[in-house]
Amino acid sequence: MKTYLVQRLGIGLLTLVGMSIVIFALLRFAPGDIVDILFSTGGYVRPEERIAIMKELGIDKPYTVQYAEWMGQLLRGELGMSYNYGVPAWEVIRPKIPVTLELAVLATIVAVLLGVPTGVISAVRQDTTLDYVLRVVSLAGLSMPSFWLGMVIILGMVAWLGWIPPITYVSPAENFHMHALQFALPALAVGYRSSALITRFTRSALLEVLREDYIRTAWAKGQSGRIVIWSHALKNAMLPVITVIGIEFAFLIGGLIVTERVFNLPGVANYLVEAILARDYPIVQNLVMFIAVVVILSNLAVDLLYGFLDPRVRYGD
Amino acid sequence: MIARFCRKKPLGAAGGAVMLMIVLTAFFANQLQTYDPIATEAGQTLARPSQEHWLGTDHLGRDIYSRIVHGARVSLIVGVASTLLGSVLGGIIGLLSGYVGGKIDLVAQRIMDILQGLPLLVLALVMSASLGPSIHNVVIAISIPIVPRAARVIRSSVLSIREMQYVEAARSLGLRHARIAFRHILPNTIGPFIVLCTAQLGSAILVEAALSFLGLGVPEPYPSWGRMLSVSAAEYAQKAPHLVIFPGLAISLAVFGSNLLGDALRDTLDPRLRGA
Repeated sequence: MKTYLVQRLGIGLLTLVGMSIVIFALLRFAPGDIVDILFSTGGYVRPEERIAIMKELGIDKPYTVQYAEWMGQLLRGELGMSYNYGVPAWEVIRPKIPVTLELAVLATIVAVLLGVPTGVISAVRQDTTLDYVLRVVSLAGLSMPSFWLGMVIILGMVAWLGWIPPITYVSPAENFHMHALQFALPALAVGYRSSALITRFTRSALLEVLREDYIRTAWAKGQSGRIVIWSHALKNAMLPVITVIGIEFAFLIGGLIVTERVFNLPGVANYLVEAILARDYPIVQNLVMFIAVVVILSNLAVDLLYGFLDPRVRYGD
Repeated sequence: MIARFCRKKPLGAAGGAVMLMIVLTAFFANQLQTYDPIATEAGQTLARPSQEHWLGTDHLGRDIYSRIVHGARVSLIVGVASTLLGSVLGGIIGLLSGYVGGKIDLVAQRIMDILQGLPLLVLALVMSASLGPSIHNVVIAISIPIVPRAARVIRSSVLSIREMQYVEAARSLGLRHARIAFRHILPNTIGPFIVLCTAQLGSAILVEAALSFLGLGVPEPYPSWGRMLSVSAAEYAQKAPHLVIFPGLAISLAVFGSNLLGDALRDTLDPRLRGA
């Protein structure tokens, strides 16, 4: 177990280092740097002035030095200075993390609450009209861009309820009711999409388990259907589903990028786009690394949870 | 064969019909349009759907119906091109990695881990920002995240095919490795490859829409479904909901069609994955 954990963390670390190189290289390929963008409104920049600015931001040094400096910063737990704001990147990022995390957790809850029961019903009623309808509904969820769904939800609220969502972020301390409502809608839009995946996995996993001998035994004992399905079968069927939930949680950030923008929430994902457009390297590199860390850790967490839930799974043998 | 597929997989056939419709729309966009999709008309901004403008006009007075018809072209070209590019690249990596094995496999797998460690949209976003806005670059940006997924699928199918007896026979005949890999193993991965492509097509279209929505995708003046949502969305949505509803419906329909078709093809071509 211990060696397994060390091994996994080692591979994770290696992946992160590789990813940092990819990200670093990609951002340096980008046509136009921060100086161009800072002055795109101001027009002409004198060459001396340009060099002075590049020096101040540290982007006049060779790429290898820039990369080494970045790695050094990460190891010291610093995230560098934001080019645009002139304050430490961490100060810009930190307040945005809870917003995205809250949204991701809420969306995951919505996805599980919607996805698991639908998957179970779809499996139990396999090949009936209900099954077809549920499958089509869940496939539709996978097909709609979640940001568009978000827009349609807002439009619907405005048209039918005459309610216009708050344009700026409302903190829970300020107005809890409004805050909850502000988060519930995007969570619903994003969660519906993830729920579709969970429905599909629950359905197929449950169908497989329902064919096993011990389920037949449970039926033969005269156990009630509800207990056989929800307790005997679902327990084993949930394992692959948990993997999907874990992967989806990490990958939700992708879905949140556009949704946070539609709902104007000041989250990490929304900010990533702004930083990319502004060529604010320190912010972009660190945000992307942050996302990578979340992905790797949640994958690891799922693997460990797997062993905890299923005693048959052994590590490192 | 098609008739049997339609009978056994009505949903898949419906998906196929939707895709066929979109392909035809893209092909005959010039004939189907009622207005020039990029011509602006100052007197007709934000017009509601009517006899003249079936789906209304946008904030510059451009006809939404004609733009959606032409948008099919952009979505389909970007979606198909990036899916093929990513799947072929990934397929080659997967074939080599699975056939050669050993250190090459290990290194290739670690590189794929790195590429797969980021959500599709995040990677595509960083890539398209760094490459700059143009149709080519959007295709590249969307194809790269597909590479590791394709490599995984092809590698695992190569691993099992490699152990088959006819491959052993080919080897004992003294054929060169390249010949065995490309002539004997590769053709047998076509089933999983097709399944992979149809499954990725839907997500490629979605990513294109998201990138264009964020202003990092297909540049003006090409009418892209995602971009149509971005310009209209924030400012005019409440005055003219048709600006938001129709392009989004077009995206959903295209992705829905390719998902339905992909599911049915997977069940037919790759029975091991049934229902997954």
